[in-house]
Amino acid sequence: MTRTAVATTARRGRKNQHTGAIIALLTPFGIAFALFYIAPIIIAVWQSMLVVEREGTFGKATQVFGGFAQYALVFQNAEFLAAIGRVLLFGVVQVPVMLGLALLFALLLDSPLVRGRRFFRLAFFVPYAVPGVIAAIMWGFMFSPNLSPFSAITKNVDFLGADLILWSIANVVTWVFVGYNMLIIYSSLLSIPTEIYEAARIDGASQFRIAWSIKIPLVRPAITMTAVFSIIGTLQLLAEPQVMKSFSSAVTSTFTPNMTVFATAAVPNTSLAAAQSVVLALATFVLSFFFLRFANKRSI
Amino acid sequence: MSKSASLAYKQEPLLSRAAAMLIMGVFTLYFLVPIWWLFVASTKDKGDILTTAPLWFADFNFFENLGALTEYRGGVYFQWLLNSALYAGLGALVATVFAGMAGYALSKYQFRGRDTVFNVILGGVLVPSTALALPLFLMFSQVELTNTFWAVFLPSIASPFGVYLSRIFAAQAVPDEVLEASRLDGSGELRTFFTIGWRLMLPGLVTVFLFQFVTIWNNFFLPLIMLRSEELFPVTFGLYAWNTQLNQIPELRSYVLIGALISIIPLIVMFLSLQRFWRNGVGAGAIK
Repeated sequence: MTRTAVATTARRGRKNQHTGAIIALLTPFGIAFALFYIAPIIIAVWQSMLVVEREGTFGKATQVFGGFAQYALVFQNAEFLAAIGRVLLFGVVQVPVMLGLALLFALLLDSPLVRGRRFFRLAFFVPYAVPGVIAAIMWGFMFSPNLSPFSAITKNVDFLGADLILWSIANVVTWVFVGYNMLIIYSSLLSIPTEIYEAARIDGASQFRIAWSIKIPLVRPAITMTAVFSIIGTLQLLAEPQVMKSFSSAVTSTFTPNMTVFATAAVPNTSLAAAQSVVLALATFVLSFFFLRFANKRSI
Repeated sequence: MSKSASLAYKQEPLLSRAAAMLIMGVFTLYFLVPIWWLFVASTKDKGDILTTAPLWFADFNFFENLGALTEYRGGVYFQWLLNSALYAGLGALVATVFAGMAGYALSKYQFRGRDTVFNVILGGVLVPSTALALPLFLMFSQVELTNTFWAVFLPSIASPFGVYLSRIFAAQAVPDEVLEASRLDGSGELRTFFTIGWRLMLPGLVTVFLFQFVTIWNNFFLPLIMLRSEELFPVTFGLYAWNTQLNQIPELRSYVLIGALISIIPLIVMFLSLQRFWRNGVGAGAIK
């Protein structure tokens, strides 16, 4: 009894001594996080509340507090709304296709159906080493009628035209990220103990049945994580469409929400651009958050 | 492949095996043909690239093209490559050290407000970095640091995802008994971290470094907003800039192609040599 009490006091005493170490270990990241995450968020929110007022048409411009005036403008801005609609359409199609493929490849790699899995794992992952900008440049050339190795197709199908350009960009994003998502799901499959499958094998379950009824439910957390990162990535689309702009006149400078933010900031209308950034960040946050909630609820 | 795995392979129906291999084969082509095309294209001169078979070699002009790239505009391309190495290499190194320290502290010590601190950092993972770019520009213009090395370098040293991963790795790799033992030996907490803790976390920290390296290397919005001077561009942004001028200066095309090929080689090499860290890392991120 006494010894426990002494030990507890000693431990508590030591815990207090650790305060210095805790602060020292957390401070460098804390400063960087405060400066480059918290402060920009505060500035963006503050900036988005300002409006420019002029004394007469040519008078001196001053920034004054305008409440939510900019946010009203954000939601009246047809181009920004169209851009959001465009990436949502993109996401609804591209994310399921990409994650479906990633899941299929991960399951095939994990099944006894495939030989040479080391090779395939690498071959599918290599595009992830190609930055979005470079991938978009490559595919831009591959889609253009003159240079493309598949000019028989690209001379007849206009991949860079207004009808298909969104899906050509979707192809670039899919090409880069399928292997990465595959690897996340595959790592998660590897951590399942194989004994779990043995009973099913003895009962004569096929590989397809094992994948559907055992493996997929068990790798749900990994799929959820890839989905959240994909949702964030979709709403933030910038580099790929920005590059495609120089290959295709169908990509306008307000094609995606982030491109609209950049175009608005370049006008310059920093307050409106800040309000657009805040709306976009909130939308991303809310979508990811609810997807996580939804996915967690379903798995219980 | 082990003997039992090979046996398992033979037990599966031939049709299933053939279908599976067909899918894998078709997609191997999908993933590798563009890179193969880029390689072949960068070995051709300006005429051959338009007139010869796109997926096979004509006259091998790779080194001539490389020489031309080296000379073009005073070798600015290699300045970009060096910039990228500095932004991504140094940035990821600092970010990893900071994240490792914070993740260790959040994993190994109980203190008031720990969960709050961790949740705020976790919220940071969901904040899109492109949303931060514009206010960062406003901040850096206040202190007159836009269009400098620091404008792209400094924001990359904070990695909330790195802290999240480091916390998982510290919990897995650093046993509390080791900390107790070093306390009994009279080692201070910080000394314990800097002599023992980080070594045990090292495989995890390599993963954090890789993730942050790729994030910085691929960053587009920050250079787009911050940089005006060509000599500060990272390589991806420089190639983007050249690509936008193709209509006016068509001869840039061969520089864009060979430049793109060379720029992806360091990353592919890094990925291949550090594969096992990727596997462990993405796995750890996904396990809840």
